[in-house]
Amino acid sequence: MLELRITGRDFTQPVLGGIATVVEAGDRICLLGPSGIGKTTLLNAIAGLDPVVSDSAIIGRRALRIGYLFQEHRLLPWRSLTANIELVGVSPREAEEYLARVGLAGYGHYLPDQLSLGMARRAALARCLAIKPQLLLLDEPFASLDPVMANELKQLIVAILDANPAMAMICVTHDGGDAATLANRLWYLDGKPAQLLWDGATEEQGLVESLLETLRSPERAD
Amino acid sequence: MTSGEGAFKRGRPPIWVYWIVLPSVLVLWALISWLMQSPLLPSPLDVLDTLMREASSGDLWYHLSATLRRVVLAFFLAMSLGALIGLAMGRSTVINALFDPLLVLLLNLPALVTIILMYVWLGLVESAAIMAVVINKVPNVAVTIREGARSLDFRLEGMATVYRFSRWQRFREVWVPQLFPYLMAATRGGLALIWKIVLVVELLGRSSGVGFQLQLAFQIFDVATILAYSLAFIAVVQLIELAILQPLERRSSRWRQPENAHA
Repeated sequence: MLELRITGRDFTQPVLGGIATVVEAGDRICLLGPSGIGKTTLLNAIAGLDPVVSDSAIIGRRALRIGYLFQEHRLLPWRSLTANIELVGVSPREAEEYLARVGLAGYGHYLPDQLSLGMARRAALARCLAIKPQLLLLDEPFASLDPVMANELKQLIVAILDANPAMAMICVTHDGGDAATLANRLWYLDGKPAQLLWDGATEEQGLVESLLETLRSPERAD
Repeated sequence: MTSGEGAFKRGRPPIWVYWIVLPSVLVLWALISWLMQSPLLPSPLDVLDTLMREASSGDLWYHLSATLRRVVLAFFLAMSLGALIGLAMGRSTVINALFDPLLVLLLNLPALVTIILMYVWLGLVESAAIMAVVINKVPNVAVTIREGARSLDFRLEGMATVYRFSRWQRFREVWVPQLFPYLMAATRGGLALIWKIVLVVELLGRSSGVGFQLQLAFQIFDVATILAYSLAFIAVVQLIELAILQPLERRSSRWRQPENAHA
């Protein structure tokens, strides 16, 4: 459903290069890699937010409904949660239903800044779901959440993916544990310009652990 | 109410502090005019007397409304034109590079020059008067809105792109709320500037309005009438501020003060 053919030429500053792969329906990809390597840049490119990346580098993105959970909630702070979700093209009642699905029933009239970080992120996730995405992009969805909240959100995302087997997901994370729970496929991005050094299923034993080792080794620490 | 707000209120001086300087000026004025006993400085009571006379004869309302009509018309034209230009210049570096030199020129063009040129080229007509005011005000609005357009949050832009907002949605839901403080600043400054320019326009080439009355009074050195009309129009502008601008601002910035933050 989505084909990536990114070469270094696609960027004025070649952050990414040598990425050639295909995302299929039902893929649950965790994108690992040292921070600052270009994981968010890759997500932005897929979402069409990078004006330099051409359509021939990311084939099929225009035909896809993409739900993007940004690192910040990026809800309009002057609109209630319901109104924020309505803006992607659903009725007020449907907006309430999506809020209920992420555990925010009854919070529809709240403004985004009245919510805790975890709640705001769930509200943003509700907006992602409201466009009925075929591809879900998650940029460090569990960052700066306390372990309980992070775990709740993780279970929620797993439940959503299980309920929509055709939905594909690309989730940026630093944590191999996330990958173990969420993913059926791993991408490991590293190098300058960054390339997909690993692209494969999670079944391989010990892979997550060895990747974590690489991430934590002293020369990579940042 | 949060404790932060309470602390802010405590830091404020008591209300009577606001009522010291202006009444003192009034008393000083009365005192000097009593000492001078000259028609060139009428007492506050004389001015009030003139104001009542003009009001009961209907002249005051006629000229005030003529001026107000011009102010409102010029204001809306200048705000919408200036906002469009400012938005375009703030969003596009090419448009900015094209028009920035012209903007600098217009910003430094004296109001009087525009007024005279408009009257010379278009004749002593209403449209020339309005045009002159608009041309004077548009650059100021454009500069203010350009600042706002430049500071639009790119993260929300990205969000609007991903979620495929229509142009109208992007404008109304994403841009306008962010531009609102800049629009209010332009409005405040605009109103004050526009009504002053309108008076000059009226003085130079119209036969109605506060400016026209000032000109008549100037010819016979009727200081009481000059002051009466000036004060009456200051009152009108203050009324606009209190009755329209401040409620509008409070309404639109309500989202900035969450009443019960959920932490």
